[in-house]
Amino acid sequence: MQTLLSLSDLKPGQSAKIERFLDEAMGVLRLQEMGLLPGTLVEVLRKAPWGGPIQIKVRGSLLSLRRSEAALLSVLPA
Amino acid sequence: MVNTQDGPDRTCRATVFALVGNPNSGKSTLFNKLTGLRQKIGNYPGVTVEKKEGICYSQHGKPLKIIDLPGTYSLRPNSPDEAIVADVLTGKRADTPRPDAILCIIDASNLERNLYLASQIIELGLPVIAVLNMADSAKAQGNTIDKAKLAEALGVPIVETCAHKGTGILELRLMMSRPVMLPAKSVFTQTEQGDSVLDNVYSTVSETLAKGSKHNFFGKPLEVAQEKLEQRIEARRETLIEARYKIIQKLCEAVVLKAGTASKKTLTDRLDGFFLHPVLGGLSLLCVLGLLFYSIFALAETPMNWVEGLINHLGTLTASLLPAGQLADLIVNGVIAGVGSVLVFLPQIAMLLLFIGLLESTGYMARAAFLLDRVMNRVGLPGKAFIPLLSSYACAIPGIMATRTIECPKDRLATILVAPFASCSARLPVFLVMIATISAGAEAPASTKAGLLLLMYILGTVGALGFAWFFKKTLLRGGVSSSVMELPPYRIPSLMPILNEVIHRSKLFLRRAGTIILGISILMWFFLNYPRQEEGTPPTMQLEHSIAGHIGKSIEPIMEPLGYDWKTSIAILASFVAREVFVSTVAIIYNVEGEEDEPETHTLAEALKDQKHPDGSFAFSPLRCLSLMVFYVFAMQCLSTLAIVRRETNSWRWPFFQFTYMTALAYIAALIVYQGGHFLGFV
Repeated sequence: MQTLLSLSDLKPGQSAKIERFLDEAMGVLRLQEMGLLPGTLVEVLRKAPWGGPIQIKVRGSLLSLRRSEAALLSVLPA
Repeated sequence: MVNTQDGPDRTCRATVFALVGNPNSGKSTLFNKLTGLRQKIGNYPGVTVEKKEGICYSQHGKPLKIIDLPGTYSLRPNSPDEAIVADVLTGKRADTPRPDAILCIIDASNLERNLYLASQIIELGLPVIAVLNMADSAKAQGNTIDKAKLAEALGVPIVETCAHKGTGILELRLMMSRPVMLPAKSVFTQTEQGDSVLDNVYSTVSETLAKGSKHNFFGKPLEVAQEKLEQRIEARRETLIEARYKIIQKLCEAVVLKAGTASKKTLTDRLDGFFLHPVLGGLSLLCVLGLLFYSIFALAETPMNWVEGLINHLGTLTASLLPAGQLADLIVNGVIAGVGSVLVFLPQIAMLLLFIGLLESTGYMARAAFLLDRVMNRVGLPGKAFIPLLSSYACAIPGIMATRTIECPKDRLATILVAPFASCSARLPVFLVMIATISAGAEAPASTKAGLLLLMYILGTVGALGFAWFFKKTLLRGGVSSSVMELPPYRIPSLMPILNEVIHRSKLFLRRAGTIILGISILMWFFLNYPRQEEGTPPTMQLEHSIAGHIGKSIEPIMEPLGYDWKTSIAILASFVAREVFVSTVAIIYNVEGEEDEPETHTLAEALKDQKHPDGSFAFSPLRCLSLMVFYVFAMQCLSTLAIVRRETNSWRWPFFQFTYMTALAYIAALIVYQGGHFLGFV
């Protein structure tokens, strides 16, 4: 079985399945409402240089997330 | 306030439709297609959310009222904008009648997430018409949606539209003309009903706690109960979101026919490869920003000259028509010149708003925010704050208007509070005159002059970023909701909504100029010209004995430590209306003979250079000029900006606070420059 990673650890081009949220921080609900739920497939498209945000593709739409927030998502690389 | 139209006789008033949908779902385009120019834009009382209403005519010519609600991803509010959506739809706002029916836009190219909101809307129990928009882009992605099946599953009628092309609008209007039906029982049996029971208990507990009661709740302190309830509610919300998406996913599998080309790179993917590229993306951003600056400064120059010419012409014309005297003077030099000096900025404002509208509707704005997020994050602001700040280098007014794109209220407020530090174009004349005065006579190299100017811009930038950081650490701490931001697909912009927006905002600006600025201009003229001296008194004498002169003299002790005499103080006071007024006031005070109304920078500088105090010191020594420039970098000297801040924050508190802290900072900074320079032996 593959090990769980956080979404912020993925490399551009890598896809993964969301396992769970590591922290029920503020804003997590918004992520879930936008379709980032356990079992959902996400693809990391690119990471902005110098620790900038991450662009991901979820359910056909493109989203950007700060790395600190992406770190809250535990994912299983596909 | 009770809406009189909302009486018991509902047949009498126009049917009210609420337009709801995700951001970037083509909502504003559809609203414009339906209503044309029959729009009314105002504010929801008490909040800073814009209220957009329009009239659309039914098939039989009956007026239908459409309320365009802010774009949202969910009915659970995350920002003031989104709270309005939920409040209006549930009839909780006294200032807005509860809609009779809802037009729910569903972006076909992003079906799952759009159905999330749609499902919540349908559950409200109001009649709903689902508008399946951008079915053409869905098709381009290789997805065909079975409209009939979807309509059946949702239990509401569906109209397919391509709002930007105008197709489907007629069908939609036909549908709206029919008596609207209550939704049939939909697939979404999972409702938030259970939620409301929990919420009720929670609010009762919270209220009891707030009253300071120490009641027990099943043998436990109330605080414990409150915490437990919070956890339960949170957990339940998560379960609901998951349940909802599960149903939607199943539904989508049933109604979407995939052509199997989903893995193909879309145009948006390819464009992102360029625009979000670490190097090319940065370079193209620089080009876009350069173009933005160019359009504000260079392209707006011609229309600005027209406005200026028109105002001058109007002044001359009025002067020739009216009998010479105080009334003519008031109208020409008070009203026309005063209001005119602000109107000149209208072309810049319109140009910037047009540019921002284009950036937004093409989808590029979100990319710029993505690229700049890292930089802005350093000072605690979201990437989106960059554009308002940059715009403020032209003029803080459109800059502050542009903060509307920032969702988090605290981030938005922080941006508004620091935006006027950006060196706007009204400061430029002041800087240019001061730099010319410093270098007059003593052939200073051009690099020194440019360097001085650059220094002022840097000072302003440091002030803006530094204070943004400071406010986000102290006064406006926290409030970070979520950094998640949608990067919508690139689209060809539809011009109508953008132009409507530009026209609307320009009108707002004009109304300001016609009211507040007009009043202040008259007041200022009065201060500078009264009490009236005998006929033939030289203007300088007149000024000295005017109210402004007295005020200038009385504040001289306060301004003296900064190196300003009473005459300069008058000019500074006058420029609290608008900074560039400094130049014309100084010209009047020192009685500089100019060929035209506006004295040449060069001649003015020469004249200022030679001004001496009775003690023989120069009134505009290089150090005093520098102190003055630093004062203008930081001081909040712009009535129009304060008026806009008042409008955007919906209270006088923030403009007052902004005025106070910025002016205090200006005073301190200028004090340090002058006294420090003095200490080092400069005069």
